[in-house]
Amino acid sequence: MIDVIKGAMLLTGSSFMLLAAVGLLRLPDLLTRMHATTKAAALGVILIMLASAMHFAEVGVVARSFAIIVFILITAPIAAHVIGRAGYFVGSRLWSGTVKDELRPNYDPLTHELKSGMETQENAKRYPRNTDPD
Amino acid sequence: METVILISQVIMGLALVLTFVRVVRGPSLPDRVVALELFSTTVVGLVGVYAIQSGVSSFLDAAIVIALMGFLAAIGFARFLERGGPRDD
Repeated sequence: MIDVIKGAMLLTGSSFMLLAAVGLLRLPDLLTRMHATTKAAALGVILIMLASAMHFAEVGVVARSFAIIVFILITAPIAAHVIGRAGYFVGSRLWSGTVKDELRPNYDPLTHELKSGMETQENAKRYPRNTDPD
Repeated sequence: METVILISQVIMGLALVLTFVRVVRGPSLPDRVVALELFSTTVVGLVGVYAIQSGVSSFLDAAIVIALMGFLAAIGFARFLERGGPRDD
């Protein structure tokens, strides 16, 4: 019984990895490619590590497998965020079918200032404090 | 069980080949960085499967190290992209 579960987890995990690779190859855009790879590959690694934890069934090995799972779950979104941010600033071209790029009119890539779109004349005024900080 | 392990290794090898095609073809440097990150993740999966196949649980330590290396490489490439420098796409 546990062999069946292990085999199913191995096959599903490796299939998700293949799916991530196919998505990386087929999708048209940096952001859509990242959308394909990050989640599917993380799910594949999680399933394979669960299979190895079930295969060995010792405390140390299970702890290491869960450490890998937690590590992947923590680092995959961080890496995707950092690469996506860098790619946006470098100026990688978006797909021609992109519906909306909400960041472009509101963001100044030189000063890294983000506008909220709610600016009024009243909000733009600065009210410095009367007390001197020194 | 051996057959299942062999099938999953073949599938992940195919995934590595497809990822390598993107590394070669990728039109810009961020695409290649994404492909390399997927590469390291797939290698982590392969090492896990090989730990099951060989019955040696110490390979999982190697998988931890490979995952850490892939993450640090992605962070480093992203910092390099954002800070600038000579680029040749």
